[in-house]
Amino acid sequence: MANPHSDHPAHLQHHFVSSEQQFDAAKMGMWLFLVTEILLFSGMFVAYIVYRTWHPEVFAKSAELLNPFLGGLNTIVLLASSFTVALGIHYAQKDNKKGLVINLVLTFLFALTFLVVKYFEYTAKFEHGVFPGAAFDPHGVSHGVDYATYNIPYARQFFSIYFVMTGIHGFHVLVGMGLFTWITIRALKGEFSSAYYTPVENCGLYWHLVDIIWIFLFPLLYLI
Amino acid sequence: MSESASGTINYLSHDKSIKSWLLTLDHKRIGIMYLIAVSLAFLAGGILALLVRIELMAPGETIMSADAYNQAFTLHAVLMIFTFIIPAVPAVMGNFVLPLQIGAKDVAFPRLNLASFYIYVLGALIALGALLVGRVDGGWTFYTPYSTSVGDGILFVTTGVFVMGFSSILTGLNFIVTVHKMRAPGLTWNRLPLFIWSIYATAIVQVLATPVIGITMLLLFLEKFLHIGIFDPALGGDPVLFQHFFWFYSHPAVYIMILPAFGIVSDLMGTFSRHQVSGYKFVALSSVAIAFLGFLVWGHHMFVSGQSATSSVVFSLITYLIGIPTGVKVINWVSTMYKGSVQLKTPMLYAIAFLFTFSIGGFTGIMLGVLAIDIHLHDTYFVVAHFHYVMMGGNVIAALGGLHYWWPKMTGKMFNEKLGKIAAGLVFFGFNLTFFPQFIMGAQGMPRRYYDYLPEFQGYHLLSTYGSWVLGAGLFLILGYLIASLVNGKKAGLNPWGALTLEWTHTTTPPHPHNFLETPIVTRGAYDFHLAKDLFASGEEVSEVVTSTTH
Repeated sequence: MANPHSDHPAHLQHHFVSSEQQFDAAKMGMWLFLVTEILLFSGMFVAYIVYRTWHPEVFAKSAELLNPFLGGLNTIVLLASSFTVALGIHYAQKDNKKGLVINLVLTFLFALTFLVVKYFEYTAKFEHGVFPGAAFDPHGVSHGVDYATYNIPYARQFFSIYFVMTGIHGFHVLVGMGLFTWITIRALKGEFSSAYYTPVENCGLYWHLVDIIWIFLFPLLYLI
Repeated sequence: MSESASGTINYLSHDKSIKSWLLTLDHKRIGIMYLIAVSLAFLAGGILALLVRIELMAPGETIMSADAYNQAFTLHAVLMIFTFIIPAVPAVMGNFVLPLQIGAKDVAFPRLNLASFYIYVLGALIALGALLVGRVDGGWTFYTPYSTSVGDGILFVTTGVFVMGFSSILTGLNFIVTVHKMRAPGLTWNRLPLFIWSIYATAIVQVLATPVIGITMLLLFLEKFLHIGIFDPALGGDPVLFQHFFWFYSHPAVYIMILPAFGIVSDLMGTFSRHQVSGYKFVALSSVAIAFLGFLVWGHHMFVSGQSATSSVVFSLITYLIGIPTGVKVINWVSTMYKGSVQLKTPMLYAIAFLFTFSIGGFTGIMLGVLAIDIHLHDTYFVVAHFHYVMMGGNVIAALGGLHYWWPKMTGKMFNEKLGKIAAGLVFFGFNLTFFPQFIMGAQGMPRRYYDYLPEFQGYHLLSTYGSWVLGAGLFLILGYLIASLVNGKKAGLNPWGALTLEWTHTTTPPHPHNFLETPIVTRGAYDFHLAKDLFASGEEVSEVVTSTTH
């Protein structure tokens, strides 16, 4: 056989019998991966619940230092990005390459916005000695808030949990940006169509999970 | 693929370059690479075990300092658990056998499969990096605050375990999807070999439990590195919370170790008894039941750690429940032998040895699940003996059975059957001599992990150490004749054991790079020997079947 792909579509890997089988397998694999992601975060949610139950007042007071406006803004940004990625999959299914690329780029930009906002939130904390772990030493006054009054027992645990959870979540956003770059390049090459859009669909699933984890993080850390 | 070469080409011979191995996407070659890697880990862990046993031959210092002893047993445990026993059966035999047994060309995600091998190697190297920076102490359980207060080696070990966890997750994920989506036509769930059922149950545990050890290792790393105060009581953290996190993974991990062993033994029982495995559906579903219950018993590691008495009672009760599906398996294996016609080939000797050693391991596990008895026995050699009877007497003995069983398929060569039987005897005798005395001294109060001990325990320690030498001799004998078989072993036939699963009946030995020239169509269950009389009617056994499907 001169052309090994002559008898089947180029995207179909040799060990699969059909495109449907390949699509089903990839999608099932992605769902299983999302389950592992949920379990990874569930460990941190358990730590949060345990320490919040033991020290509710400390957690309520410490949460005052978080900025619900920026957190809320990021929630809207992520929700918008979930919409654009879903729209992207829709355009992929409709063979609309332009719509797909535009929405993938928009999703990427929303993700970038999220991280920029997060950067400003983090640096505002670091400036006043609010770090995870041993370096935790709140001090100074800013916008009428005296940080030193937050130097109380178990505030360290709250901020450790805050930085670990949002840090790992932020890492997932960063990975998502990498994925969307890769998918956008492939989309520009015209690799996706209504016959084959598995990677777009799977990246979309991943992105929805990143979004939904934030939907839980935001109220737990910023609001209650 | 070309039809003309179908008679001679196999996965080992079609391309022999180093690059073709290192970058292979073939599940069989990845399985062989895992076999080499985990064997090296087993060798390193085993040498450490022999050194620990020599140190314990006499009270006081024998060959190493107390500090070196602590590091030796810690490293023995870390190597054996994370780099050997967890990947051993799923990653070696699961990779090699699973796609063949379900009639697939490969696993669902071959690239992910290769990635998980390299992630495993990377994780193992990072964990070993701990040796370069200094002490690794505190055992494989990393209990805080001790683990966060001694040495920086823990930073490497936790990172290594974290990384290897990804490998385990990706392997499990791959296998679940493969079993769901890649089965050959006609291969219904009720016809699956029991090895597949147990690898499937194992994969579920790998996927659901491993992320939790991931986050635990990450938090422990941050505890040591940044002092985040979650687990360290000096900073307001809770060490019992660490134990909950740790055992939420590490108890299910015990089933990652033992479930695949159950699968191998089920296959061996069916094949070498020439009989349908009794209670097939019960044996199959009991694996899933064990996987499920395994998630609900982690608290039995913490009966004396200060968890509430109510928790302890509940965890104790659920621990007893695990005895039911396990008992279902043991009874059905015995019944299979009783009804069948047993052929005592080397792999079957391991299956029978497994029945004996695993049953002891299982029963003593129930004893340790009893709240009052556990208060007396916890942290003694009784516990050490119990889990070695499960890990080594269960997993390793079954894995040796599986290795001998599939060796002809992997390599195309037969090993020396006579030496095989002698080695199986040495392993069985040496194993029991090593660990049975530990039950007795544990019941008499010898604490585990101690460097020094009272003179009255020396007799038991001596027996145990002598046993470790017999066991070691048996294992080196196996290594010797298996390597010799590669050089001068007899050429293996298509189906030397007369098995009915697809890897023996529908492909060549060693298998073709694409496993099957034609997708097999399955018309009977994995052990339906009564439906397969035609296979054994002539002296040719199954070669006819193979040739008829390859044309």
